[in-house]
Amino acid sequence: MEAFFEWFKVLYDETGINLPFIYDSYDRGRMLDGLWMTIKLSVVCLFFSVVIGVIGAWLQGSAYTWTRRFVNGYIQLFRNTPPLVQLYFFYFAIGSLLPRVATEFGGEAPLLGNFAWAVISLSFFAGAFNVEIFRSGIEAVPESTVEAAEALGFSRLQIYKDITLPLAFRVILPALNNNLVNLVKTTTLAYAIAVPEMLYEANQIWSDNVNVTEMMIFLLIAYFVLVGVLVWGMNRWERAMKIPGYGA
Amino acid sequence: MSWTEDQPMVSVRDVHKSFGELEVLKGVSLDVMKGEVICIIGPSGSGKSTLIRCINALNDIQQGSILVEGIEVHDKHLDKLELRKKVGMVFQQYNLFPHKTALENVMMAPIRVLKENKDDVEKSARALIKKVRLEGKENSYPGELSGGQQQRVAIARSLAMKPDVILFDEVTAALDPETVNEVLVTIKDLAEEGMTCILVTHEMGFAREVADHIYFTDRGVIVEHGKPATFFDEAKDPRTKEFLSQIL
Amino acid sequence: MTTRNYKTDLPVMMPVDGKPKNRPRFRLKLWHGAVLLGICLLSPTLSFAQSDAGQASVLEVLLRWMPLLLKGFIFNLVISVFAMAIGTGVGAMLGLGQISLHGWVRKLAWAITQFFRNSPWLVLLFFAMFLLPFQLRIGGVTIPLPDWLKAIIGLSLPVMANVSEIVRGAVTSLPSGQWEAAESLAYSRRQTLWLVILPQCVKRMLPPWMNLYSILTMATVLASIVGVSEVMTLTGQALAAEGGRTDLLAPFYSFVLIIFFIYCYPIARWTVYLEKKFAVKG
Repeated sequence: MEAFFEWFKVLYDETGINLPFIYDSYDRGRMLDGLWMTIKLSVVCLFFSVVIGVIGAWLQGSAYTWTRRFVNGYIQLFRNTPPLVQLYFFYFAIGSLLPRVATEFGGEAPLLGNFAWAVISLSFFAGAFNVEIFRSGIEAVPESTVEAAEALGFSRLQIYKDITLPLAFRVILPALNNNLVNLVKTTTLAYAIAVPEMLYEANQIWSDNVNVTEMMIFLLIAYFVLVGVLVWGMNRWERAMKIPGYGA
Repeated sequence: MSWTEDQPMVSVRDVHKSFGELEVLKGVSLDVMKGEVICIIGPSGSGKSTLIRCINALNDIQQGSILVEGIEVHDKHLDKLELRKKVGMVFQQYNLFPHKTALENVMMAPIRVLKENKDDVEKSARALIKKVRLEGKENSYPGELSGGQQQRVAIARSLAMKPDVILFDEVTAALDPETVNEVLVTIKDLAEEGMTCILVTHEMGFAREVADHIYFTDRGVIVEHGKPATFFDEAKDPRTKEFLSQIL
Repeated sequence: MTTRNYKTDLPVMMPVDGKPKNRPRFRLKLWHGAVLLGICLLSPTLSFAQSDAGQASVLEVLLRWMPLLLKGFIFNLVISVFAMAIGTGVGAMLGLGQISLHGWVRKLAWAITQFFRNSPWLVLLFFAMFLLPFQLRIGGVTIPLPDWLKAIIGLSLPVMANVSEIVRGAVTSLPSGQWEAAESLAYSRRQTLWLVILPQCVKRMLPPWMNLYSILTMATVLASIVGVSEVMTLTGQALAAEGGRTDLLAPFYSFVLIIFFIYCYPIARWTVYLEKKFAVKG
């Protein structure tokens, strides 16, 4: 392994291609932290955005006009404003209104850190899209199938859990995949509030080593691979969930 | 609640049902004794399907009463589960659950709704699949089966709940002509075993052969009813005569 | 569902699956404007209570900066229009490359499209910012490349990739009978493409293309991260100039959100309208 790292040092000396995040243990640590942070941010946001999607879709089916209006307002607001400004709004504007808490070192810290705000902001952003996706899936389940379950004595909750959601889920998987891929790409915005994710750490490294070109190319490849892995996984999942003779 | 077998199993009294302005049932009454097979025939839009959907509480009624084994269906405090254990239903569009295999479709309700033991349910489900002559198709998904096969699975699915009476809502109307017969044979088997059946159908030959009693409905009322032989050969009402002359 | 055949990764154009909607959809009505205006006016007044005597009221401050911020926003729109123009031009060529009969052209176009489509917009923007020289020398002429021009180029990269996919998706979604019919009439491939196929595709491409524009417009604020003085940068500067008063944060950011909403929401409505209109005609 050391020999492998050393080889990149030689590569730098010989050709000037500087990849310190491979041969330098400190930079390597930073890059891995950044990658880990990007993955963590993505997974947590994926989770919450899906939760928001499911709850929102359920609320949209509400009998109360105002509940539906509220959900629609949320969707339109988050879909039609820049996610970066949303992030700033959450982090700076709302963050400054929250009380500060005492830290164990005797100082004061904001109630929620930048990671938490990035999660909140990005989850609401992606969630706005997920609501519509889930809604369309639920609408795609034929009324008659639900009725058949009703005639067999299923309760409303059982129907939702055993019939509607499993069927809706299969319909929306492609759309959901797309949105989740997009969410992973959007996590780069967290850079703007100094969440140490991949872009942020790469920036640190190129500031120290003046190797923007190499870092830039590495970043593009890294995101390409990250998105590729997600797409590959989701496609496999989609195929595994496919029902013979059902759907396109 | 003191229903005995000498009383009608299903008793419909002066039922009125409207969808908004449109009155679909205008005072319908009929009785079905245990073990009886009755066929409801009539032109489309005459309220036949609505009538049997009301018996299963899939539609509510505005006026009148429907008793199933002494239980008032038209009651706010109706225990729908209790009703649906007694009343099975087979739909025109089969309405199988597309994400479950034939066997799972049959097993689902007894496990989820009746909370029966899975192994016992599987044993009887396999027996039911055999009964509807679909051995070997247990693990096929609905999308892989023909219309006639799906409809027979649907019959097995409703039998799995061990109902006292089964409602058949134009179960052959959506089928290819060549598969109609296999479904009719299955229903005939049931009838011969003494299952109480209420059928809405356009298959006059079948009705004549299997039914104990025929009801002819038109524009929301029962115009004429009687034993098959008298009904088909000695119809009195001009509307019945006209309908029969068109269809026979 | 024919309109849903184009494939892109943009969330806004995702199949809110063309199923008929029974419920009337959200429409812009008068009261929406009233609510927006309410938010606009309420948030400054709410924080007004906090501001100390001697300080200008929040509303006053916002009004003072508004002309500058609006100018900044117009700069965002300029960036969006140019990035869209470049991205559409290059992207259309790339999209046609993806359906080329030459295997290697097709593969190359596909690879470029996928690469830029799967990269985060912000990374592409950095890419353009840091890797483009500050001036270009072509022959004896020196063309300076200011930051805003680089931002336009950086933003046009993902637009290009997405337009490429929109074009490819629209062309491949046409029934093959159209190609065969044209061929049987002795059209050349080029003629078929320009006279038969593309005119039919325009309808299919318009809604996702408008969507893309809306997303691009919202992405122009990313340029603030790399120092272009557009509306977000100016907002930051305005806040700094006011001495970092925390009571100004919410009103100022709300103001930016609202101007984007006022610009992008009608585009989104119009897109949905066109989608429905074209879907009916098939």
